[in-house]
Amino acid sequence: MRNIIENFPLFSIILCLLASSGSLLLKEKAAKIVNTALIILVGLMSAILMGYCYLNGSFVYVMGHVPAPWGNEVRGGVLEGGMALFFSIIMYLSMSGGRKKLLEEVEETKQNLYYILDNLLFCSLIALVYTNDLFTAYVFIEINTISACGLIMIRQNGRTIEAAVRYMIMSLLGSGLFLTGVIMLYDITGHLLMSNIKESVQTLISTGQYSEPLMVTVAFMIIGLSIKSALFPFHSWLPDAYGYSTISSAAILSSLVSKGYIFILIKIIYRVIGFEAVVQSKLLNVVFVFALCGIIFGSISAMRENDIRRMIAYSSVAQIGYIYLGISFGTKAGMIAAVFHILSHAATKSMLFISAIGLTDTSNTSRHFGDLTGSAYRNRIAGLGFATGSLSMVGIPLFSGFISKLLFMEASLQNQYKMLPALIVLGISTILNAIYFMKTVVRIYSPERDLYKGREGFHVIRFKEEKEYGITIILFIILNVVLGLCSGPILNMIQIGIESFS
Amino acid sequence: MGPNLFENYAEAVSMIIFAIGFTNLLLQKNLIKKIIGFNMMDTAMYLFLALKGYINNHVAPIVADGVEASTSTMVNPIPSGLVLTGIVVSVSVSALMLALTVRLYQRYHTLDLDEISKRLNKEGL
Repeated sequence: MRNIIENFPLFSIILCLLASSGSLLLKEKAAKIVNTALIILVGLMSAILMGYCYLNGSFVYVMGHVPAPWGNEVRGGVLEGGMALFFSIIMYLSMSGGRKKLLEEVEETKQNLYYILDNLLFCSLIALVYTNDLFTAYVFIEINTISACGLIMIRQNGRTIEAAVRYMIMSLLGSGLFLTGVIMLYDITGHLLMSNIKESVQTLISTGQYSEPLMVTVAFMIIGLSIKSALFPFHSWLPDAYGYSTISSAAILSSLVSKGYIFILIKIIYRVIGFEAVVQSKLLNVVFVFALCGIIFGSISAMRENDIRRMIAYSSVAQIGYIYLGISFGTKAGMIAAVFHILSHAATKSMLFISAIGLTDTSNTSRHFGDLTGSAYRNRIAGLGFATGSLSMVGIPLFSGFISKLLFMEASLQNQYKMLPALIVLGISTILNAIYFMKTVVRIYSPERDLYKGREGFHVIRFKEEKEYGITIILFIILNVVLGLCSGPILNMIQIGIESFS
Repeated sequence: MGPNLFENYAEAVSMIIFAIGFTNLLLQKNLIKKIIGFNMMDTAMYLFLALKGYINNHVAPIVADGVEASTSTMVNPIPSGLVLTGIVVSVSVSALMLALTVRLYQRYHTLDLDEISKRLNKEGL
């Protein structure tokens, strides 16, 4: 008899699917309640699962009665449970922070559709975290793409539709490459389950057979997933998609969707190909170069922007570069840094997006820096959130960004060839981050010009008027500080999780 | 390489079709052509997958009543299942892309993505 907790991964996925199709029949309010309850329930189950795996180790759950080489499996472990818990927290905060804008920007008849798409997206994220089967991963990657596209275009204007089309095109290129990789791997090894593929791959490597096809396969999967997670130079779709969609979508896309793909990439590196084999293939060196370019170009593009949301979007390109930088070091320390930065960036970026909308709301919905002057005085809680997020992005101690920068620097020291370029780029990027984020913080905290007084749209929003929004920002700040101050136990969990992968 | 390539010519063809589809999806300006490229790309992959499951002179894995079935005379059924799943995915993605294209066409009366971007910049949205 299995422990009931081992069913939780499957329960989470099925619940999300049920909630998503069930919401079709519900009105907006009921769909909202279902969505919130679902996120909280999945979060609770993931937390229990994480504790269970911490005590008893990871497990593989066979679906149905078909055993290993043929059937489908999900895998639960500390890192999977922790990731699912974290995704639930960010999903909850992003939804509650953008609720008011959602009501304003999305037509009333379409609001329950938003919750359907959100449940579906959540389902695919959870499935990507837990799955142990490559083809299932492909299917959920596509579901993720479709629902993310829906989240972008639900706010109907020309920009969002164009952004959705661009997003779809790049995503389809990525998933096409990923599918090719999966099929070629199936062709070489004859398996689809991660653990079985790994056994075959190890035999192939030790006998020296099929070394070129294997290399091509790994390359296809890495390129495919990096296109989907917007690694430089595949980021062209990103600023529009994050910049013009409704704010909950932007927060979810930047902090969860791209992270889901990176997490499945980390799983593939460890559980399908084997970490040593990937390091030996030297493919990570290519990723290293792109990651460095991404960090610099992302920051420079962000500096040149005059639109606060596009600036935050471009900053995502740089941060995705950081995560790939950690992966490309080819050391365990680098991987731990990358996973921690997934958490740190997700917590910070969603907070920045949600705060930015509070600032633009008090500035006649203008997103240009000129109009944002002094907006932190008009909406104090949003200003506080934005300042905290900026400090975290720059890497000021006390906040989560500092810990991830520290981890990246430490990890870079272990790799003698990559140390110097990585340290230089990290240094430059910190300065660039400081320039464009502090520039914005200074602007929103500049004393209000008389120019705006009495002008339409430039009004003060108090905490009492938007309680849900204010509480969300406070929770975001707490989350960020917790990540920054209690990084020890979290890093310990990540380490245990990654060790159980290999 | 020569003899191998000749023996696996069907796989080589599917990879070439994949490359054609991929390039079309990436480089075409016309949205409909992009979607056609996407479909070619996915279909090429299904061809590849089906080829991998097929074994010469073996039959479909269907067990009829009263007939002794042996696994040694059947083709591998898993790739066929994967192809079906893949087709469902690509049909839904194509439908979504076509719907988006219709929306854009109704708004801007053109299928050229660059042209649409230019107009959006002019609109200043």
